[in-house]
Amino acid sequence: MPATAKKQVHLAAQLPGIHNVTVWSDPRSESQIAIDSFIRLAQTIERGKFDFFFLAEGLRLREHKGQVYDLDIAGRPENLTVLSALAAVTTHLGLAATVNATFNEPYEVARRFATLDRLSGGRAAWNVVTSYDAFTGENFRRGGFLPEADRYTRAAEFLTTARELWDSWSGGDLKADAATGEFTAPGAGRFAHRGQHFDISGRFTTPPGPQGHPVIIQSGESDAGREFAASDAEVIFSKHNRIDAARDFYRDVKRRLAKYGRSPDDLLILPTANAVVADTDEEAAAYAEEISRELVSPQTAIAHLEAVWGRDLSAYDPDGPLPDIEPEDDAHFLKGHSVFRKGRAETARQWRKLAEERNFSIRELVIEVGGRQTFVGSPQTVADAIDDYVQTEGADGFVLVPHLTPGGLDDFVDRVVPILQEKGVHRDDYTGTTLRDHLGLSAAPRPAGWGGPGQPLRDERLRAESVRDRPARDQPLRDQSVRDQSVRDQPLRDQKETSA
Amino acid sequence: MTGTTGVTDPKGAPAAATGTPDGAPLHLAVALDGAGWHPAAWREEGARPGELLDAAYWADLVAEAEHGLIDFVTFEDALGLQSAAFHLPDDRTDQVRGSIDAVLLAAHLAPLTTHIGLVPTTNVTHTEPFHLAIGIATLDHASKGRAGWRPQISSRASDAAHFGRRTTPQLTEDDVTDSELISQPLRALFAEGAEVVEAARQLWDSWEDGAEIRDAATGRFLDRDKVHHIDFQGANFSVKGPSITPRTPQGQPLVVSLAHATTPYEFAALSSDVVAVTPHDRPGTAAILAQVAEAVERTGRDVVERPLRTFADLIVFLDDEPGSAARRKARLDEVAGAELASDAEIFTGTPAELADLLLDWRSTGLDGFRLRPGALPHDLTAITRGLVPELQRRGVFRTEYASTTLRGHLGLPRPTSRYAKAG
Repeated sequence: MPATAKKQVHLAAQLPGIHNVTVWSDPRSESQIAIDSFIRLAQTIERGKFDFFFLAEGLRLREHKGQVYDLDIAGRPENLTVLSALAAVTTHLGLAATVNATFNEPYEVARRFATLDRLSGGRAAWNVVTSYDAFTGENFRRGGFLPEADRYTRAAEFLTTARELWDSWSGGDLKADAATGEFTAPGAGRFAHRGQHFDISGRFTTPPGPQGHPVIIQSGESDAGREFAASDAEVIFSKHNRIDAARDFYRDVKRRLAKYGRSPDDLLILPTANAVVADTDEEAAAYAEEISRELVSPQTAIAHLEAVWGRDLSAYDPDGPLPDIEPEDDAHFLKGHSVFRKGRAETARQWRKLAEERNFSIRELVIEVGGRQTFVGSPQTVADAIDDYVQTEGADGFVLVPHLTPGGLDDFVDRVVPILQEKGVHRDDYTGTTLRDHLGLSAAPRPAGWGGPGQPLRDERLRAESVRDRPARDQPLRDQSVRDQSVRDQPLRDQKETSA
Repeated sequence: MTGTTGVTDPKGAPAAATGTPDGAPLHLAVALDGAGWHPAAWREEGARPGELLDAAYWADLVAEAEHGLIDFVTFEDALGLQSAAFHLPDDRTDQVRGSIDAVLLAAHLAPLTTHIGLVPTTNVTHTEPFHLAIGIATLDHASKGRAGWRPQISSRASDAAHFGRRTTPQLTEDDVTDSELISQPLRALFAEGAEVVEAARQLWDSWEDGAEIRDAATGRFLDRDKVHHIDFQGANFSVKGPSITPRTPQGQPLVVSLAHATTPYEFAALSSDVVAVTPHDRPGTAAILAQVAEAVERTGRDVVERPLRTFADLIVFLDDEPGSAARRKARLDEVAGAELASDAEIFTGTPAELADLLLDWRSTGLDGFRLRPGALPHDLTAITRGLVPELQRRGVFRTEYASTTLRGHLGLPRPTSRYAKAG
């Protein structure tokens, strides 16, 4: 293959919050909350011409044996708020936030992403996730009401509704023409959605940013997740620590796109990965070993095992063999972790088998099963491995998760990126300004028959319905006299403050 | 609510419960909204109407306000499009319509500024208290201690229809002619709003200082004895906690509310660190401050422990030449096709005339003023480059920031977590 035909490696990075991917005990590890940490890492990867910066979401602190889990990094800021701040101190880097479709409402989420896209000049992305977790739901008005069966249908309708809101302003609706006195086009922002989960209508406040729609990201390996990604997402995060499994996933997901009228380039597959770089392969291997042991302390090893076993294992030796007792299904034991879909018994069986085959201690086993795709070696070794992975259809690139905050990608950017650039598989500089430009995505996928920014208005049926400005469901309102007073500084026309 | 001692003023004057002694520094806030508070301001020369939803416009405005050593700026917001008729949406196309999320806007401006307080408005009727609490907490982290929050109830049917989860009380045309009448049917929404603020404050306290210990010897990142479930149970919702976001630089970001009547005065007494009121003259100011003090007493707030700062709102049109500002406002009224009407007093004049008014009204016990520029950037620049130097000449306004936090600017202490006290 000629050099010019080589696939480009897409790179993103995450500032890890919760979970044991950060070596917090390292003296170089700084705050995972302070804004300076976020700025430092974002500016580092922008220097490396990465596609985007990614933040996960946290809505409840994890608990273990009825108490707040205290062994890992805990606590993080609200991600869209952080990314809006980062938009001010970066110029090209994409900004991706995870937002749950279960504990939010489409109007607000659509508005916040439209805002981020405007503030950043077209660099917003949304990682759409769902939850059916009543534990997390205890922090919200509605509690953990959502049955698991409904979470995907709600998420799909949530995304559809958000797209309708983004499309409620067309390109020329914001006129701001001082000469003619026309600020907006008539009906700008008008929307109406009536569905199983959402029945809403009115006027959307926020004309979308340069991307029209933020880039849609999805993560998940299940069949339903793959299908959702193939139909609706533009990036999918995956997690495979073996190349053959990664290739199988890659081919399967890319194959599914055709049935939705999409080409393989319309969806990028980006596994999360670690990179451990040192002067030589030997030094890197030793360092990677050290990192693993720091990430999985003896206490952490036991806690992870307890999470699967559902019982107190504090009497066991982390450097000894796995317990010979069976797991218990005690749901109260561990909360807030997203693990063990296969169930405790099956997970325990697999872990025991693996430990016996490889003669692992508890701690060694936890280190092994917690591993993700890791590139370990000299800068040249790591660059070659990443390039090979991408060229052989294992991935379109990677989301790098540094084990140190905030300096954990300095070596990668300073030493590996230049080699990828020399190989012609990573950009020397940004060639576009939006995240869609970086990812090679031209336009957002739209539901059939739907207009979009720059297109003349929308479905006439919808418009006719929405003009009626329906009130909320259970109480008919004529909408005339409801007045938003006092905390809103709108003029009280012709009216004296009787209280004054 | 901590103490229940009510107003304990040594001089026995109720106004002193919320007022400041003479000679205390004057505080100035600026309320930013669109192209300014006059509906025709967007058509003025120098306005940037095509940029009202973009970052650079706001960055320039806030840089100017910070240049003027302003205590804080507020950002308006709402869940529906702006409207000339305030209680229902309109279909007008000749006024500014469209807005971006104020919390995200404030966060965006945080790294571009160093001292000025940033106070976004949010709705508290249709939103999730948990999301609001961590958003404002994050703004405090992002600004290193300059976050405020202006919670706002929403009773418009059109806003409720954007969420489809609930309805809100319906007011009659008669109600909307009187602010006391308006607030009556909204008491439940204000009560719920107070619960939202209280839940947020508990979440902000739920991580004590020093909860992050990084004790490698025991393998513990956290001291979990310093992280608390809040178990908030309100009449309308519950929140388990703790917050996901650790304690912020200010501990408690600053809560600001605008109030025109008894119910919102009580909301302010329960919930706010700063209350903005809308008097129209000096006697009116004194009367409102007395009402606020009564609300403080009724709610049992201990203002020694939790001071309540009082600001008066004014819409301002400022020009150096006498009479010029009034002519400019008249011209804008003509463009708009109606005379500007507002809940707040509308001032036109020179910076020196405004300084006279501010000092006169302040003697009733006000801590400061929230000025709403009639047209942006003109009237903001007139505040920062005309009014502020005038006040400095009179020795009543700072000549440099003496603090880096918003609480610091207002002389308010950094609270200790309530859970630390209990423990």
